[in-house]
Amino acid sequence: MSGTRLDPYSGRYAARTHGMTASEIRALFAVVSRPEVVSLAGGMPAVTALPLDAVGSMIGDLVTGHGAATLQYGSGQGDLRLRERICDVMALEGIGGGADEDASPDNVVVTVGSQQGLDLVTRVFCDPGDIVLAEAPSYVGALGVFQAAQAEVRHVPMDDDGLIPEALRAALLRLRAEGRRAKFLYTVPNFHNPAGVTLTVERREQILALAHQFDLLVIEDNPYGLLGFDRDPLPALRSQAAERVIYLGSFSKTFSPGLRVGWVYAPVAVREKLVLASESQILCPPSLTQYAVARYLDTQSWEQQIKVFGELYRERRDATLDSLSALMPDEVSWTDPGGGFYVWLQLPDGLDAKVMQPRAVAARVAYVPGIGFYADGSGQRFLRLSYCYPEPDRIREGVRRLAGVVESELELRDTFGGIDPATLHGADTP
Amino acid sequence: MQQAGATAEPTPTVPAQLPEESTVDSSSSFRAVVLAGGLAFEREVSMRSGRRVSAALRHADIEVEVLDADAQLLPTLAGQPCDAVFIALHGASGEDGSLRSVLELAGVPYVGSDSTASRLAWDKPGAKARMAAAGITTPEWVALPHSTYRELGAGAVLDLILSRLGLPLMLKPAQGGSALGTVKVSTVQELPEAMIGAFAYADTVLIEQFVSGAEVAVSVIDRTAGPTVLPAVEIVPQSGVFDYAARYTPGMTEYFTPARLGDATTARAADVALSVHRTLNLSGLSRTDAIITDDGEVSFLEVNVSPGMTDTSMLPMSVAAAGLDLGIVLADLLRSAAMPGRSAGSS
Repeated sequence: MSGTRLDPYSGRYAARTHGMTASEIRALFAVVSRPEVVSLAGGMPAVTALPLDAVGSMIGDLVTGHGAATLQYGSGQGDLRLRERICDVMALEGIGGGADEDASPDNVVVTVGSQQGLDLVTRVFCDPGDIVLAEAPSYVGALGVFQAAQAEVRHVPMDDDGLIPEALRAALLRLRAEGRRAKFLYTVPNFHNPAGVTLTVERREQILALAHQFDLLVIEDNPYGLLGFDRDPLPALRSQAAERVIYLGSFSKTFSPGLRVGWVYAPVAVREKLVLASESQILCPPSLTQYAVARYLDTQSWEQQIKVFGELYRERRDATLDSLSALMPDEVSWTDPGGGFYVWLQLPDGLDAKVMQPRAVAARVAYVPGIGFYADGSGQRFLRLSYCYPEPDRIREGVRRLAGVVESELELRDTFGGIDPATLHGADTP
Repeated sequence: MQQAGATAEPTPTVPAQLPEESTVDSSSSFRAVVLAGGLAFEREVSMRSGRRVSAALRHADIEVEVLDADAQLLPTLAGQPCDAVFIALHGASGEDGSLRSVLELAGVPYVGSDSTASRLAWDKPGAKARMAAAGITTPEWVALPHSTYRELGAGAVLDLILSRLGLPLMLKPAQGGSALGTVKVSTVQELPEAMIGAFAYADTVLIEQFVSGAEVAVSVIDRTAGPTVLPAVEIVPQSGVFDYAARYTPGMTEYFTPARLGDATTARAADVALSVHRTLNLSGLSRTDAIITDDGEVSFLEVNVSPGMTDTSMLPMSVAAAGLDLGIVLADLLRSAAMPGRSAGSS
């Protein structure tokens, strides 16, 4: 007699679906949408700070006045006017001048968010089993892409100054000793997700020097670079090494994530493959949202708007850091982001952010456990706090609740952490 | 700490044939509210249950509105009265009797057990104690709050528990469902970490002797003619553990409905489910989870007053195996709950 597994497709799935199961962590996140919960989890931009009336009117006009183009299929590479404006945006971080003779809208491929851009790059370069180097921790969405491509991720440590060049060198030497090479290094150099740190100028030079020395391709993912609080943007890695770096950009943080517009800026040879890969995947990026972004850049004071976002996020960052300093137990430490959305918090020894999560949900505060940002299952002591979305008062309340949760976990650790299992009845049971 | 003895009550009879058609007058229009969501750990599961229940009810020509259990609920129920409420909330509030108390105060009829019975069923150690006292076998257990371990020394207390219960053990939050926070402990080395994990879900942790055997879920529905036991579902998780992933990922668990138990054991399992339903004064619907030990004994684990209704949940499987239509059964329960003279929470 056979039963039912409730899945008539069992046995047909690709190997890459292994691990796609219901998860307790995901289930716990369901309550985050409720207003009672202070969510310091999701990296949602404060889109209500946009001039919504102007944006609404602009998009309405794109449909009523230009519907023949905006509601139609478009180019697989993306709208030319938008690609020109993307070059203007990248120029703010030094791309397109000096050594970058290759700078041109022709080398921009518009994507459905930079997430699709990363997926395309990974598809173009990685076969199953290939090695990708990535910071420890790394953006969880990137790890998902690498896992789907069945690539093997090797983490490279970082500290408060970003990726550690000596650690990268060591990783590259280990690979060389194994007779293998990394397909690329994936890095988020500015206001890192989730760590909140920024790669220093000095280290940028060292890492590019290593890339040259070891013939390493670098994927520079830069969604937050223009959202600094205290200084002008640092020069992009791409601006220093045109043929060595593929650049991923996004309007999700500087304009709107709902429009899903990002881009890849790549050397000519790679660009051609990316366009073909994108056409086979999505045919073309959505026309309406591309026109919307181009029109926004043409008609709105977008650089001023980025400053508005920066001031808003600075205030929220300050509320987060001040509250953490005032409320967290001594054994807790965290990073000090100079921009972007995230603070990376390290719990005291013996605490596990994933294990602690139900208690946090019960206390009506949400965060993202660190384990999701590591491909190797580590990161238990870490968690990510996002300060971009809640108002400062809510942030302070959320941190107050979180501090109480950490205190309770410390009590539990004190109660059970000191037990020597060897002294318990049944310790000799195999 | 208790060890239950043999079943003392007379064996209830499982109906040989269940009625296929509605047993309640269904001639008039009916407006139901399905409560789903909430703030408990099981919000996601509840949303799925709510969607399935509302779809089944609409199929049975019931007008349905799905509401969350939030600050808008009572004003909405007052402003747009319904005939009866179906609670598809899982976990605290929906199952611990609190929301049911509020509905009783508001005079809103609802399907299922009343607040007092729900409160008792919700607390696993309390329900086990009641069932043990009624002669139903249940795995030996200890349930203690964190404060006891802290005050008396966790090592000393756990040593006593281990000497009494042995290994392996099941650790469970004293309240809650969907196996959240539940873990099997096979060695003493695993125990401290498992205790910390279980206490993240509740202030009291139930430590239960692990009983090997076939896991079954036996549902009871109670429309108008008294409680009826539905065919048992036998659960065979691929990984050997019926945890959250195994419950809600199609393909990870094989279900046999009716369970492969043989007539005598099937009758005993039905017996236990009915005894649980009656002993705890449950009404409307319930799902009893039990282990059939290798020697055929039915060992009670827990009972749910708001059983899951998702695509991978067991009560809908039992309804289908009984040849019944889920929408008609749920509509009957709602109409029964709304009958004049019925107190809120009965059916």
